[in-house]
Order: sequence, then C-alpha cells, then structure tokens
Amino acid sequence: MIFRRKARALVADPFVPVTPTIPRPRPPESVMVRENPERARVRSERRLKFTAGCFLVGFAVIGMKMGAISASEAREPRTGGLAGAGIVSARADVTDRHGRVLATNVNAVALYAQPHLMVDPEQAAEGLAAIFPDMSVETWTRRFTSGSKFYWLKGNISPEQQQAVHDMGEPGLLFGSREMRVFPNGPLASHILGGARYGAQDVRAAEIKGIAGVEAVFDDYLSDPTREGAPLRLSIDLSVQAALERVLHSGMNLMNAKGASAILMDVHTGEIVSMASMPDFDPNDRPMVLTTGDRGDDPLFNRAVQGVYELGSTFKIFTVAQSLELGLTNAGTMIDTKGPLRQGRFRIRDFHNYGPRLSVTDVIVKSSNIGTARMALAIGAERQQDFLRSLGFFEATPVELTEAPGARPIVPQRWPDISTMTISYGHGLSASPLHLATAYASVLNGGTRVTPTLLAQDGAPTPGPRIVSSRVSAEARHMLRQVVTRGTASLMEVEGYQVGGKTGTADKPSPTGGYYDDKTITTFAGMFPAQNPKYVIVVTLDEPEINAAGEQRRTAGWTAVPVASEIVRRAAPLLGLRPDFDAGVDAFGAYLTQAAVTD
Amino acid sequence: MRSLLYALSIAAVVGLAFWAYGEGYETRQTEREVARLEREIGTRHQELSMLRAEWAYLNRPDRLHELAEMNFESLGLIPLAPDHFALADQVGYPPPAAEIVAVEPAAPLDEAVGDIVIMTHRFGADAEPRLIAPPTLADDGEQLP
Repeated sequence: MIFRRKARALVADPFVPVTPTIPRPRPPESVMVRENPERARVRSERRLKFTAGCFLVGFAVIGMKMGAISASEAREPRTGGLAGAGIVSARADVTDRHGRVLATNVNAVALYAQPHLMVDPEQAAEGLAAIFPDMSVETWTRRFTSGSKFYWLKGNISPEQQQAVHDMGEPGLLFGSREMRVFPNGPLASHILGGARYGAQDVRAAEIKGIAGVEAVFDDYLSDPTREGAPLRLSIDLSVQAALERVLHSGMNLMNAKGASAILMDVHTGEIVSMASMPDFDPNDRPMVLTTGDRGDDPLFNRAVQGVYELGSTFKIFTVAQSLELGLTNAGTMIDTKGPLRQGRFRIRDFHNYGPRLSVTDVIVKSSNIGTARMALAIGAERQQDFLRSLGFFEATPVELTEAPGARPIVPQRWPDISTMTISYGHGLSASPLHLATAYASVLNGGTRVTPTLLAQDGAPTPGPRIVSSRVSAEARHMLRQVVTRGTASLMEVEGYQVGGKTGTADKPSPTGGYYDDKTITTFAGMFPAQNPKYVIVVTLDEPEINAAGEQRRTAGWTAVPVASEIVRRAAPLLGLRPDFDAGVDAFGAYLTQAAVTD
Repeated sequence: MRSLLYALSIAAVVGLAFWAYGEGYETRQTEREVARLEREIGTRHQELSMLRAEWAYLNRPDRLHELAEMNFESLGLIPLAPDHFALADQVGYPPPAAEIVAVEPAAPLDEAVGDIVIMTHRFGADAEPRLIAPPTLADDGEQLP
C-alpha cells in the first residue's frame, strides 16, 4: 500500500488521429470492403481448435506409448537376422596365412560343488576321489561338511569324467559350461601363440585371457564381439613352420647345441612366415616360468625375439653396404688387411691371415675383421650410429608379441673408435635375431626399410624409407652370394635356390666378465634367391659343437650353415618358389637387372 | 439402402477382425519358428567350430608326418624338395586309353609290409635309418596316432 505508485497522468493522448498534411492516395476498393468481424472470429476459432486437436492427438499417442512401455514387461532386444547367430564363441580363432587353424575354442565342462545340496557328502568325496585320482577323500569330506556353500572342483573335465560324475547321482555336484582354448598343433609355433588361461569365472561361463604371444597382444581384438568371431590371420605358414621346426630341432640335436632359433621373413613386407625357438613348449599346457637357473634356458624364452646376442660377422655387410652407399669404396677397392690392427690397448685379428690386401668383396667373402674395421674407421662413429639406427638396432622390435618391447638391443653408452671397429664386425652390440632379419631384409630387398610383423598383409607392400640405393643393395647381394659360392658358407649351397648370406661366430660372454673360450653363438643370415630376393633367413645356434673333418668345430660355417641350408631346401618349395637351375642367373648382370627393375 | 450399407460394414469389420486375429497368431508362430531356427543355427555353428577344431587336430603336421612315414611303403611320400619341380612337357602322360591293361590290385598293406619297414629316405640333416613298426589300427579302424 505504501509503495503503490500513482498513475502518471498522460500529457496528451498519443492515439489522437492526425490529419495528414499531404493527402494519401486512396487504397483500392477491395481492401476497403471490411470483412464481417463475426466471420473472421469463427474462422480463427476453427483454426485454433484444429491446432489444439493436432496437439491433443500427438500427446495422446506419446502418452499411450509411454503407458504401454511402462505396463509391458522388459525384454532383451533380439539380434536380427543371421549376423547375430554367427557369434558362437567368446574368443575368435587364430589362423595361419592360409586360414589353417592355430588356436580355437572347444566346449568344455567345469565341475563345482554346492555342499548344502548334497545328500551324502562323505560318499560324494569318495566317488570323486575314485574318478579324479588327485583328489583326497579326507580333504574333500572335511570341506563338504564344513558348512561352506560353494567349491570349484575342476576347471575342465572330459566327457567320460562328466558321465562318471553324472552316474554318482549326487545333486550337490554341478556342471558349469566352459569354452576351452585349444592349440591343435601342439608345440608348433608355441612362442608366437603364447597361451591362454581363464580370467574371471562364473558357473555359466568363464573369460579366456591370453598370457603371452599374440594371444596376449590381441586379447581385446580376439574377444571383441563387434568383429563377430572373424579369425585373426597371422603371417605364419603352418607347413613351413612345421618343416622349419623339425629341421631346427634335429639340427640342434645334431650340433649338440643347447638352444636354437630361426626366422624366415618376407623380404619386402616384413611378414614373419615362420619363426621358431628351441627348446619349446606346448601352449595347451604352458609350463611355469623357471625360477632357478638361467632365464635364457627357459623353454618359455623366445630366443628369436627376446635373446639379445652379439651376432658376429653377420654385421659386416652393414659396414660394407654403408661404405658403398657413401661412395667411400666400391666392390673392387683394395683394403689393407695387414694384421694385427692395433687400436690403443686392443688388437684386432683375423681368423686366418689373409695377406696384405683384399678387395671389398673379398673382405666379405673371407670375413676379414681387420678390413671391415678399417672401412668402419673411414665411415666414422657418427655415421655408423645413424646407419645402424635407421636399421632399427637402437630400439626394440615392433613385432606383435608381448615379449618384444622388453628386448632392447644392448648398445655401448659411449662410442669410441674401438667400438666403431668392433661393432663393424658384430662385437660390442647385442641384438636379437629378429633385429638382424629385419636389417637384412631392409638392406637386401632393394634398400627400403621393412617393419617386422606377424599379421598377414594384404595388397602390395608399401616401401619404407630408403636405407641404401638399389644398386648398393644389388652389390651387397652379389657379395653375399659369393660368400656361399666361394667363402665361409660353402655348405649353404642349395641347388636351384641361389642362397646368399653371411656367417657369424661370436664367443659367448661369461657372467663373470670376459668371454668363454669354448662357447659360441653361431649365426647364419642370408636371403634367397640372391638375384631377386624373396625371403630372409636367420638361424642361430647356442653353444653348438660338432666333430667334423677330424676336429671339434664351433664356427658358424660348420654348425648354423648346414641347418640353414636344410631349412631352405625344405621351406623354399613349400613357399612356392620355383627352383632355377640355369647357370646364367648367378651372373652379376642378373643382380643389376633386378636393381634396375626395382628403381 | 442404408441397412444394406450397415450390414456390409459390419460384415467387413467382422471379416477384418478375423483376418487380423489369424494374422497375429501366424506372426507369433513365425516368430517362434525363427527363434527355433536361430537356436538351431547356433548349435550348428557350435558343431561346425568343434568339427573345425577336430579337423585341425587330425591334420596337425606332426600327425601327417608320422602317418606318411608309417605308410611309406604304399604311398612313398617324402618331403617336397627342389628337384621335384619339373616342366609340364617333362610329365609322362598316361598312354591312350585303349592300351591300358588291367593291373593286379596291390596286395593289402599288412601282406606287403613285413614286421618291420626299414626307412632309407633322409629326414633332417642325414638322419639315421629309422625303424618303424607297421601301422597299428585302433578299434574303430582309424589309424593311430
């Protein structure tokens, strides 16, 4: 009341009609006829009613639908069509590159007990002990009568055991359905596949989780329901893998080696066609990790990926390729190989004395440490490091295995001249055989970097960054070919497949410091066919020793090379490579033609 | 006229109701059938994956290798080697059909093979000759292992 304002008196009425000073034109006659206001009112009322009716109907429909939804019972949406029916297992298969199964699921049964439902717990325990010899009557009688309501008894039982438990007729013993991960090929490709175990489990189902290898890396991918069970296709070829493992295993026994590994890689795509490490294991029954002794002797240890070794003279081709690429030398340049070569307090020797001079080709063919060391000094530490880095020797391989990221190469912290010299022939830098295979593929395929992979690649490979020119790559291949025809790898000759490669023998470092005199790691790394390479092969034997030609032999030429040669003899026909017995394919011209084609 | 219209529309309503009722039942029946078929497809898929696993298990390279060695006398299978490749014109095609003479069927395996077969072909790097027993058959006639 107090705050009420007084209405302000208007000064003048604003709506007073004003007579226009300029006369307006008269509007047309039709507008002048004013509509009957009653009719206009009726029409607008009709329109309003119509609009209101539309709203009413809309709201009624929505309301009825809401009512229907709230009144009806909730139901799971059904998968439409056949797409949904295709999903049968929780985890997709793993296949090789031709679709042959490497890992799949089968239905299995788990056994559990609910003691409060049991008719006669003592008899149940006795019956179970009769079916499962590892179950003790006392323990299970005690557990069944302890008042607990739930026990897992067995993760997987066979149909016969299930029938036997059924026949006991005990209502407190119940079965849960399971899917079991099965690796039908047993120990074949075990290090690649890894293994699987049960994760969270329930009486209705259990989750399968990968422990190692591709099963662990692709865990989410394999159990992704949106992929509708499409299998994971690896680059492995099952029959080649079987042949390679068979040869490698018998070779390891023949050479009295305690371990061995082999890698067969596509030289252009980096696909690992076959990779094995001995000793191996059965992924269906994966052993426990060794807790005593050397971790490197564990069957679970993948030597091809995790084992970092000094790979010896196989590195020489990198030094030579870089020297050729930089234009410091050509294949015929003579290198001073007078020995021993002194550097500070170190002396570098050759296995034999090769005389005062060798051509660059012969430095590779005869495997001269002194010659390679001199070439490396001319290259210099910085450029050598850059070259090795571009080949991937400074980081872990990106291959799709859980073990791979942990296997970093061991490179020296500082890089004095002596390191430049020793690394030029493969000592002082430790890397895995997979690093070596990748680097060989990158240098020899025409000179573009490849990335190692375990997944099958479709379509044309995309070339990586250029490492060396295709001309240098061809010259390097020709040199490696001569290592086989007239050098340290003479046992490597496989009729029809012109294999070229380099041997490497490195003394094993002893854990107490220094090197063993009588323990070596021998390596053969090469490619075939040399003039137009398709595959790279790396074979490594751990502590081989063989009595051949009247002597104890520990060098690669006598140990790793015969094994690698047998692998090529067996694997190359399986890979569909047609042998070429024409003598002309080995002429240097064939290499240059190939280099011109890839340019 | 009007009564006729009424009668016709009532008949139409009754007819349509009858049709809709039948249609509803048919739909539910079809839904049940679809669900049953989907379940069956699911079980078939299960069986298929089981059979695929079994196929993979029976065709594992180790088993095939051992079977090839067991039946070496009759099959003569050895690992593929580079000298097994040939040109198409090197293949000795069979003579024209008229000249083919009937051959005696080969003797059954257990007669052809003595107690012990000496394998002389090489496996691996210069393997020793291997002694291999003649094939043992399981109760159902399948060859082990």
